[in-house]
Amino acid sequence: MSNLEDLYREIILDHYRSPRNRGELPTPPAHRVEGFNPLCGDDVVIYLNVRDEVLEDIKLTGHGCSISQASSSLMSAAVKGRSLAQVQSTIDTFKELMTGHDASLSKDEEIDEELDLRTLGELAALQGVVKFPVRIKCAMLAWNALRQGLEEFAQSPGH
Amino acid sequence: MAPGQRVTSFSARRVRADVPQLTRMVNGHTITYLDTASSSLQPRPVIEAMSRYYELRHANVHRGVYQTANEATEAYEGARARVAGFIRAPGGASEVVFTKNTTESFNLIAKSWGAANLGPGDVVLLSEMEHHANIVPWFQLRETTGIEVRFIPVTDGFRLDLDNLDELLQGVRLLSITGMSNVLGTKNPLKELASAAHSVNALIAVDGAQSVAHGATDVADLELDFLTFSGHKMLGPTGIGVLWTREEILDSMPPFLGGGGMIADVRTDGYTPARGVTRFEAGTPPIAEAVGLNAAVRYLEALGMAAVVAHESELTADALTRLELTFDGRVRVIGPLDTIERGGVISLDVEGVHAHDVAQVLDQFGVCVRPGHHCAKPLMRRFGLTATARASFGPYSLTKDTDVLLEAIEHTLKMFG
Ligand SMILES: Cc1ncc(COP(=O)(O)O)c(C=O)c1O
Repeated sequence: MSNLEDLYREIILDHYRSPRNRGELPTPPAHRVEGFNPLCGDDVVIYLNVRDEVLEDIKLTGHGCSISQASSSLMSAAVKGRSLAQVQSTIDTFKELMTGHDASLSKDEEIDEELDLRTLGELAALQGVVKFPVRIKCAMLAWNALRQGLEEFAQSPGH
Repeated sequence: MAPGQRVTSFSARRVRADVPQLTRMVNGHTITYLDTASSSLQPRPVIEAMSRYYELRHANVHRGVYQTANEATEAYEGARARVAGFIRAPGGASEVVFTKNTTESFNLIAKSWGAANLGPGDVVLLSEMEHHANIVPWFQLRETTGIEVRFIPVTDGFRLDLDNLDELLQGVRLLSITGMSNVLGTKNPLKELASAAHSVNALIAVDGAQSVAHGATDVADLELDFLTFSGHKMLGPTGIGVLWTREEILDSMPPFLGGGGMIADVRTDGYTPARGVTRFEAGTPPIAEAVGLNAAVRYLEALGMAAVVAHESELTADALTRLELTFDGRVRVIGPLDTIERGGVISLDVEGVHAHDVAQVLDQFGVCVRPGHHCAKPLMRRFGLTATARASFGPYSLTKDTDVLLEAIEHTLKMFG
């Protein structure tokens, strides 16, 4: 049962039960982006307020499993109020956590992982997901949408 | 009664002992397989028939002269005859086309019969409880021919809403409908539907992916025009499916895939398709799979479909009662709560827990259930759901499977509560 407890850590269940930054922002000025997992029907809608290269506010709505919902809640808490550069770096690090690491790690890789965990803070609670490959998509749903939203925002006229 | 539908001394324990995979350990528990609606497990006679075929008799079918080629052809054609008998095809083997699966069978109907016979304004009537296999090919046909696709609604009681059937049937050329929902477990009144379709000169196609595996199907008695099903849902192998249709319809249908095996002649200026079922079987067919399907049908006939239905119905009634008693409304069944015209498919909506999480926790108990939309998104939308966790029974299922299921759900509720 230890894998399961690793997947459903208390932080994850907490964010699932009481998601942070839930809601909508008026568009415009907010940028709205949707993410969708056609396999399971999970969806997420993200609202982004960016000013002076800072993600001033973020709100999310959507439906999905505990992993996708907790991941989007944790994500929102981690990126809100950060500079776009910091947000991008968090996205990259999180993605690496989801794709780069296997359950069994050599000594060197463990050092790597420690670095990841320090920069990720609470997000590190999601690392148990990598042992359940089919759930990685759930954890990545909001992150892919966020990245897409920021790209769209960067390309939008007037920016 | 058909031969093989004689009264048998059905024993689910004996069936279980025949299925090697049911002795497997998963996550420290003996497997509890509750995903038969998705794909059934194979009993040893099916596996052994396929192994024996590959060990001794494999050759390509048709036109071979040497002995094993003849044997392979006999085995392949023997499977066709066995399947024809199983569904009581009035025209026998010459009405049974082997395909890859139910999905391909529906594509064949739509792209061959549909494209040749339907045009702008013609209506294909489906139901809201259809699998995507019986929806998407019709939408594709709509793109090329301008047909109209219409849906029979489903009631809040999870049955077809036939109150306005007469209206819905206006302009209908084909009623294409499932024999049993793979989400709700609901079995549809096929005889009544066939007669309604025929009363407006429409044909009826039935998705038998679930119903053929969980009840006797007599296409002549039901007065069907098309029937589709998959080997892997009826104790047989993957890679083989069936399209049955009446001989006169079959003869009128243009070929589907082109290539070897489906032709009478090929010249530099064109080709002439073969007659009969081979016209729809281009390329080397699934021979070992046909051998496996033959063994699966023989196995089911020996069990007796009536006994299979009775057994699964008993399991379903027991599970429905205990779900209600144990969870007191925290676990909602998306499907009829009685076992009248209902098969052993139980879709669950667990309060406060997403279906993926349910299935994930259950996996730790060795319980195999399927989370998701089950390729029936219009139906999920109809009930405002994105996903359910679906448990389904087969002839090898026992009440102890339900015991483990309930225990694992209890754990899930505690964990997320
Ligand atoms: C009712 C129904 N129709 C069609 C299908 C498609 O079957 P296959 O995937 O074998 O083509 C299924 C299987 O999921 C089903 O349950």
